[in-house]
Amino acid sequence: MSKTIIVHYINNFFAGAGGEEAAGMAPELREGAVGPGLALAEAFGEEYEIAATVICGDNYFGEHMEEATERILKLIRPYGPQLFIAGPAFNAGRYGVACGTIARAVEEQFHIPVLTGMYEENPGADMFRRDLIIIKTKNSAAGMRQAVRKMAAAGEKLAKGGEILGPEEEGYLERGIRVNYFHEKRGSERAVDLLVRKMRGEECTTEYPMPVFDRVPPLPPVDDVSKVKIAVVTSGGIVPQGNPDHIESSSATKYGIYSIKGMDHMDKADFMTIHGGYDRAFVTEDPDLVVPLDVLREMESEGVIGGLADYFITTTGTGTSTGNARGFGRDFVKKLLDDNIGAVILTST
Amino acid sequence: MVKEIERAGIPVVHIATVVPISLTIGANRIVPAVGIPYPLGDPNLGEDKSKKIRRELVELALKALMTPVEEQTVFEK
Repeated sequence: MSKTIIVHYINNFFAGAGGEEAAGMAPELREGAVGPGLALAEAFGEEYEIAATVICGDNYFGEHMEEATERILKLIRPYGPQLFIAGPAFNAGRYGVACGTIARAVEEQFHIPVLTGMYEENPGADMFRRDLIIIKTKNSAAGMRQAVRKMAAAGEKLAKGGEILGPEEEGYLERGIRVNYFHEKRGSERAVDLLVRKMRGEECTTEYPMPVFDRVPPLPPVDDVSKVKIAVVTSGGIVPQGNPDHIESSSATKYGIYSIKGMDHMDKADFMTIHGGYDRAFVTEDPDLVVPLDVLREMESEGVIGGLADYFITTTGTGTSTGNARGFGRDFVKKLLDDNIGAVILTST
Repeated sequence: MVKEIERAGIPVVHIATVVPISLTIGANRIVPAVGIPYPLGDPNLGEDKSKKIRRELVELALKALMTPVEEQTVFEK
């Protein structure tokens, strides 16, 4: 039986090619297993062969990402690998980013399973956990033995096309993927079981972990709102009649920027709501309930505010992923900055 | 969206119906709105009163924008 061919990627340090002073080393190829590859080869056993090892300095990779990736792909192509393994990188940040970058490139180029390993707080972990199977390791090479064992087990499954179970079972970093399956117990029973366990003070693991939200420190206040231009942003789903850009009524994938120039209120002849998460009857009659244009215009003419943007920015908040919302925000702030907007009122239903 | 606006350096106030959600996602200046189907106003009270409520909420939002905060702050009427 022919062996399953593995190509392994490691950095200069793990190859024994020197420490920090060798981090500028360009990609090189060695036949067979090197460094941690020897332990991997042993864990994989007779049916597998680490045919080649690519070694690259972390600084070199970081400073020449595209070029290094191209060169490494060229180096490994002749071996026709069936499985690619990078690292493990533990908590080495540059190494982690290199492992993730090259593993993803190999997967895209050769359509073979790839695998890497990192400590949870390695910056490469957050960058690649959605795209790759990253085996969870300790924060230093002291965790090599465990890492190798888990990587070999997962690698074997990947190579044989076996079913990869959840992150807990296989020991990889959570990827944010939900897989549907039929549980032998229905949800209500499981919920009560969980509650009973919690009340007994026993271990209880949620079936639906909440996302972790980052924080932004509060900005200093606006000195004087009568001197700045204000823009309104809303997640309340207000759009021009007919919803010209087809913004979804839930789980939005886009936002819109619409003119309110020359208008003294949100007229129901001009605007409607497409939000699928609340009773639209009231807002349909009076969209000012979500975009308070009528009172902002009054305040503008009274000089309470310095001015109002000629547009409002809108999307549907219901069911919309925080990832999409973040993307919308990152995108439209460029316009707000270009237009010298001094403050934003964001309304949510 | 609130955080990305603030991250970009533009002070922002979130007029939100469900304050716990606003707190969870990380808005720093929060003004509680009236109700889910009518966040700024109350159409049940007639147009004039509804608009007056709206004006007061926007005034509170402007006040929030001009108030220094060290942490997430909910501005109640």
